[in-house]
Amino acid sequence: MLNFFKKNKDESPSPEPKASWAERLKQGLTRTRTQLGNQLGGLFGGGKIDEEVYEELESILLTADVGVGATQALLEQVRTTVKRQHLTDTTQLREALQQALIGLLEPLAQPLDTGTHKPYVIMLAGVNGAGKTTTIGKLAWRLQAEGKSVLIAAGDTFRAAAREQLAEWGERNQVQVISQTGGDPAAVIFDAVNAAKARGIDVVLADTAGRLPTQLNLMEEIRKVKRVIDKAYPGAPHEILLVLDANTGQNAIAQVKAFDDALGVTGLALTKLDGTARGGVIAAIAKERPIPIRFIGVGEQLDDLQPFDAKEFVEALFS
Amino acid sequence: MLENLTGRLQQVVKTLRGQARLTEENIQDAMREVRMALLEADVALPVVKDFIAHVKERAQGREVLQSLTPGQAVIQVVHDELAKLMGEHNAALNLASVPPAIILMAGLQGSGKTTTSAKLARLLKEQKKKVLLVSADVYRPAAIEQLRTLAEQLGIDCFDSNAAQKPEDIARNALDYARRHFHDVMIFDTAGRLAIDEAMMAEIKNLHALLNPIETLFVVDAMQGQDAVNTARAFNETLPLTGIVLTKLDGDARGGAALSVRQITGRPIKFVGVSEKVDGLEPFHPERMASRILGMGDVLSLIEQAQKNVDIDEAKKLADKVKSGKSFDLEDFKNQMLQMRKMGGMGALMDKMPAQLANMANNVNPEVGDKALRRIEGIINSMTPQERRKPDLLKASRKRRIAAGAGVQVQDVNRLLNQFEEMQKMMKMFSKGGMTKMMRAMQGRFPGMR
Repeated sequence: MLNFFKKNKDESPSPEPKASWAERLKQGLTRTRTQLGNQLGGLFGGGKIDEEVYEELESILLTADVGVGATQALLEQVRTTVKRQHLTDTTQLREALQQALIGLLEPLAQPLDTGTHKPYVIMLAGVNGAGKTTTIGKLAWRLQAEGKSVLIAAGDTFRAAAREQLAEWGERNQVQVISQTGGDPAAVIFDAVNAAKARGIDVVLADTAGRLPTQLNLMEEIRKVKRVIDKAYPGAPHEILLVLDANTGQNAIAQVKAFDDALGVTGLALTKLDGTARGGVIAAIAKERPIPIRFIGVGEQLDDLQPFDAKEFVEALFS
Repeated sequence: MLENLTGRLQQVVKTLRGQARLTEENIQDAMREVRMALLEADVALPVVKDFIAHVKERAQGREVLQSLTPGQAVIQVVHDELAKLMGEHNAALNLASVPPAIILMAGLQGSGKTTTSAKLARLLKEQKKKVLLVSADVYRPAAIEQLRTLAEQLGIDCFDSNAAQKPEDIARNALDYARRHFHDVMIFDTAGRLAIDEAMMAEIKNLHALLNPIETLFVVDAMQGQDAVNTARAFNETLPLTGIVLTKLDGDARGGAALSVRQITGRPIKFVGVSEKVDGLEPFHPERMASRILGMGDVLSLIEQAQKNVDIDEAKKLADKVKSGKSFDLEDFKNQMLQMRKMGGMGALMDKMPAQLANMANNVNPEVGDKALRRIEGIINSMTPQERRKPDLLKASRKRRIAAGAGVQVQDVNRLLNQFEEMQKMMKMFSKGGMTKMMRAMQGRFPGMR
């Protein structure tokens, strides 16, 4: 997948004809599927339901980062279903588990609607290395493909060369990037929102520096960024998108809670699902802090940021 | 997350303590708790299973059953095994090769390779090594720029590469450059890659063959989940790793990945990243981490930190005063606050304290505490030197003046004076009693405690 960038460095990236998104997700989740699917396939090949099956099920969910709490809840639910419907076959058990997972995730599959305001301000937040800047690049491409005009605000004034990284994304997408040398993040984004208002831009994507929730001063800073955006355009930001790395374990829950408490997160983007990580922590998050999941990143190409679809996500996990 | 693990295991001890004897059954219960705690801390399931099997076997051994305090004995076993799992001692960087000694960095996207490279370069520069930083990340936009900027900040040489070059060519040219310019160490940063990306894994394998590095460091995000085992295994199979760097340990998730990766690769964790700043790289101390997981507190780190940041003379003066037990004045009170802030504030201190002490003080909100500390400083700063030495002077009109000067209410000044009096009492107690007694006395009488 990286070959794409290697070869097409200079060309402006163009979407190539591709398979349906379900297939692409499946591709991205191949690993997940082989791991979980094979295990489940072996498990669900038919046969009697006994304690051993549940135990096996537990370890599969746990190794997918679903987490102790959510795993137990899911298993409890499946047990009840088995009892109530007098299920006897492991194939039916699989169905029940799938339904339980879908039931947990379905309500969170809410796509992002950027048409409600103009400019629609999206602020991105997340820990260091979650993939915020890359997500902005992909998001800009996506919004442009929808025919929207986009402006990027380089709010990561801390990390070395973060501005340059965004500038390059901007160049690839032919999107304007507002940045300042060594400026205050709030000031940069304030300028960008005002510029967007003046130029009649549809969507502003505001990058912020990565921060760990334990860094209280930085959490305070990002709160300020949000307040300042509201000053530039009352009501904004309209979306606060928290970017999560699918590799993250149970700490993802702590991240969601901390950022939500500080900012009021309105959407999640789960990145790096193209690796071996299974991203099962989504289930745990859905249980502990249900926040709409807007996008998942399933590859390194510009069009590899996809809306989240619970059914297909779960189906891809099991097929 | 470590705090969680600490709490869990303490719960286990509590249950075990109440029981006079260990039975098959309560060991089972305890192990279940340990298992859940480790899983919640993101230790990979296979590693957990292994670990539990080990601990259980030893827990059922004679040493535990014959112990008068079997609960403690079990915890001892858990601790020992945990320390063993993380490596018995701190492994140093190996640079014993014909210069330049080459360090190759590898890892997933966003694990912190570039930042770690710069931090490592800084550490080596402090040891008077001539370091060359090289970036072969031609994929991520501005990755090379990032390393160059960091190198400039640190005053370290950075090899001039660009995104149009092939990583292999960069490696060859950089090696040549380092030889000609007599660099002692060359740190070679690579692009983040997925373990299942065969082309990219082949690339780094080539780079390794070309450079023949003496250290190949695998950079792991401390927040990584169960997949850490798969990634670590894949990287370990492709590259002869020599060590691990655990990054973002200043976050609140820090247990699991370390254990998993260490177990799967069998390589030592050599460094931990503890801050965003360029000086935030520390050697890893396995035994300390194990103690910390078990709630014994990272007292060693605390002492080290204190030695680094606390003015020894100042502390000695204070200690003498405390011993005499009477002349502890507001000036000392303020100095104490300052020292505390130098050590990273309440939060950092609490973090490293042994669990029993931290529990006693667990109704402290570090954030509020730190804020309160600053406010107290402000109030004391608004007093005259004489007032600081003799707080008895403070009557209504002086208090009003001080409150106005510090931008607080008179009540705040009064509260501070009360706290100060309590502190004075406590200091007397400390000179007689000792730490535990003091902590008990501290409860509810310290800024920020609810």
